[in-house]
Amino acid sequence: MQDFLEFRSISKGYPGVQALSDVSFSVRKGAVHGLMGENGAGKSTLIRLLSGDQTADEGEIRIEGEAQGYRSVRDAFRAGVIVIHQELQLVPELTVAENLWLGHFPGKGGVIDRRQLIRVVGEKLAEIGIDVDPSAKIASLSIGARQMVEIAKAVMLDARVIALDEPTSSLSSRESEILFALIDRLRSNGTVILYVSHRLDEIFRLCDSLTVLRDGKLAAHHPDISEVTRDQIIAEMVGREISNIWGWRGRDLSVERLRVEAICGPKLKTPLSFSVRRGEILGFFGLIGAGRSEMTRLVYGADKRHQGTVTIDGTIVPADNPPQSIRAGMVLCPEDRKFDGIVQGRSIEENMAISSRRHFSPFGILDLKKEAELADRFIAKLRVRTPSRRQDIINLSGGNQQKVILGRWLSEQGVKVLIIDEPTRGIDVGAKSEIYEILYELAGQGMAIVVISSELPEVMGITDRILVMCQGRIAADIARADFDERRILAAALPDVPTEQVQPS
Amino acid sequence: MTSLKKLLLGEQGLVVIFAVAFAIVALTVPNFLTERNMLGLLQSVVTIGIVACTMMFCLASRDFDLSVGSTVAFSGMVAVMASNASGSILIGLAAALLCGGFVGLVNGVVIAHFRINALITTLATMQIVRGFALIASDGRAVGINDPSFYQLALSKFLGIPTPIWVMGFFFLVFGFVLNRTVFGKNTLAIGGNPEASRLAGVNVSNMRIWIFALQGLVCAVAGVLLASRITSGQPNAATGLELSVISACVLGGVSLAGGRAAMTGVIVGVLIMGIAENVMNLLNIQAFYQYVVRGLILLLAVLLDNLRSAAAGRRS
Repeated sequence: MQDFLEFRSISKGYPGVQALSDVSFSVRKGAVHGLMGENGAGKSTLIRLLSGDQTADEGEIRIEGEAQGYRSVRDAFRAGVIVIHQELQLVPELTVAENLWLGHFPGKGGVIDRRQLIRVVGEKLAEIGIDVDPSAKIASLSIGARQMVEIAKAVMLDARVIALDEPTSSLSSRESEILFALIDRLRSNGTVILYVSHRLDEIFRLCDSLTVLRDGKLAAHHPDISEVTRDQIIAEMVGREISNIWGWRGRDLSVERLRVEAICGPKLKTPLSFSVRRGEILGFFGLIGAGRSEMTRLVYGADKRHQGTVTIDGTIVPADNPPQSIRAGMVLCPEDRKFDGIVQGRSIEENMAISSRRHFSPFGILDLKKEAELADRFIAKLRVRTPSRRQDIINLSGGNQQKVILGRWLSEQGVKVLIIDEPTRGIDVGAKSEIYEILYELAGQGMAIVVISSELPEVMGITDRILVMCQGRIAADIARADFDERRILAAALPDVPTEQVQPS
Repeated sequence: MTSLKKLLLGEQGLVVIFAVAFAIVALTVPNFLTERNMLGLLQSVVTIGIVACTMMFCLASRDFDLSVGSTVAFSGMVAVMASNASGSILIGLAAALLCGGFVGLVNGVVIAHFRINALITTLATMQIVRGFALIASDGRAVGINDPSFYQLALSKFLGIPTPIWVMGFFFLVFGFVLNRTVFGKNTLAIGGNPEASRLAGVNVSNMRIWIFALQGLVCAVAGVLLASRITSGQPNAATGLELSVISACVLGGVSLAGGRAAMTGVIVGVLIMGIAENVMNLLNIQAFYQYVVRGLILLLAVLLDNLRSAAAGRRS
């Protein structure tokens, strides 16, 4: 068996953390190799080393037996190694063809032959089977199509190794399927694909072999994925058995807490109404573009409402802005943690206290001791993995960032409604069940919780009731006793008339 | 070598460089380390120092204010004209503060509510306000009638001129506000991530309006002190001040991308600007060279800052 890509005793440390220690494994030519592990296990570090963005303290990366001493992303490009990150690196205002040629435009004396540009790219895209118009602007493409373009770019650069970091995290299931088909074609061309994902079904669907990292060390290497089971992988990732990651249990659902009546806004034309009871965990499911996040922002007051009312325990919440919603007892953990959730460059402590500090800051003067106590208390309670509360939040893994944002709201006073959009996106299995436990505990205390998720197993696993959204409307309202995967999916699909979905 | 590198690129790198530079200058340049020269140096940076306090907040919240120079000149002018007209210095001061604060408020409202880019907005108000100063005075300097107005700048307390005390007081107050108040923390949070701060319950547009209004008020204070020192309201006073102030802030490690600022850094930045100018004066270097040196210092500071964040990035 020829080992095409090989990691040899890779170690990489940052002050205070040993991100990787003595990791060795190899990947065959033409294999799709899965890389799994909890957040903080060292996957991102490994990818960063592979991309040339950083260099290992010890060990080496070999391709076809040749040690790669590259020290920059450009060097890695030249060696045929391309990493496609979650945040895509395309220029939105340029066309597909221009993006693909960027950095090495053909042409004489700086004059670009546009037609040749588009023709060559068109041929190339057809060759690898990507159905995208080469003259379309990137900004006009869906996220899925952009991802394809990114991969096409890697192919154009004659990549021998392509690493994909959580490529499906913002794709719909149909877009994911197209991506998978493309990956299959690349595999048959002999390209090595390193596939990082939290989604076990994708790993089993795509990968030939698999490496599991835990706490910066090699937890397991499976040269043949057909010899492992899901439970085995989960156990390897977390280092312990997780029998039931959902852990749902019944609660006493009593009086109505949140009532949303006929709200609509600029992006959500049809008025929406629903209500949530004390202690209830209500799930919102829908495909991408169904309007879930728009609905969330309207309810929270992040976007202006055109009409409609939101009441909590019978009191109307003003429509205007988040501070008023927070005072009324409604808080939001946003979908996009990086852009809407965390304040980069500031400490865990500051990120937690950003809202609640007004309660213990007389005349706006901080009580640093109280703030520190509060941060330490919630770091312990939510089991945030960090060396110190002073750590910049950007250095935490996704799961731990989510916990800090939860801590931000748990430290608020009188929270009655918690809206949490994609609670575990990009979060590993171990931290997932910890976050679910926190939600159950809060619901048990009488909080009304709204969970928005595009992962069906998650919505079905943790909620008491599901509202299915489709094209900006609520297409179905299903109680836990009636949860049924097919019924929920059918309601979420735009083509099926809702009448057929309702039970007769 | 590595420990030296660590020292220079660490949190207090700028302070270390400043201390070394100060020591070298003190030992080599004659007449530098005299009481008279030190006070003169501090006097010369009063305007920059005072305005830098609020510019720091502006930059830390990812905003920008180019109108400070004009506002300083305009409010100085207003102070002189209003006290001449009314015969009361207090009324003059109040009028100056009102005008300065108003300019800042307008900046803030246009930027926060109408969502116009801060660079463009303050570029516009910079010219409008300079225009006001010229129109009001018909382009000429306006002399101060009441000699006690001079006392604002001339009076001393414990042997140190009042403007220096005012600058020191502002350093203390704004250092406290930045580090120990909700206002300061919210400023840094907005600079770090405006949308996340908004969703976390920070009233971002109000904060921005306050920051600009405060900037206007502080410019008015600087303008009054400047007018008192130059014994008149000058419509062309403080031209180019905005660049010196922003330079001082950047020198002091305030990030133009927002979210990062420290009062000690800004103080050091202000002093470095002052010392460079002072030393060149003492060495009788032609004033024209000072522009070149100032620019070079700024470039070096930005380079240093870049190295520092790269080092911090490697560490994290």
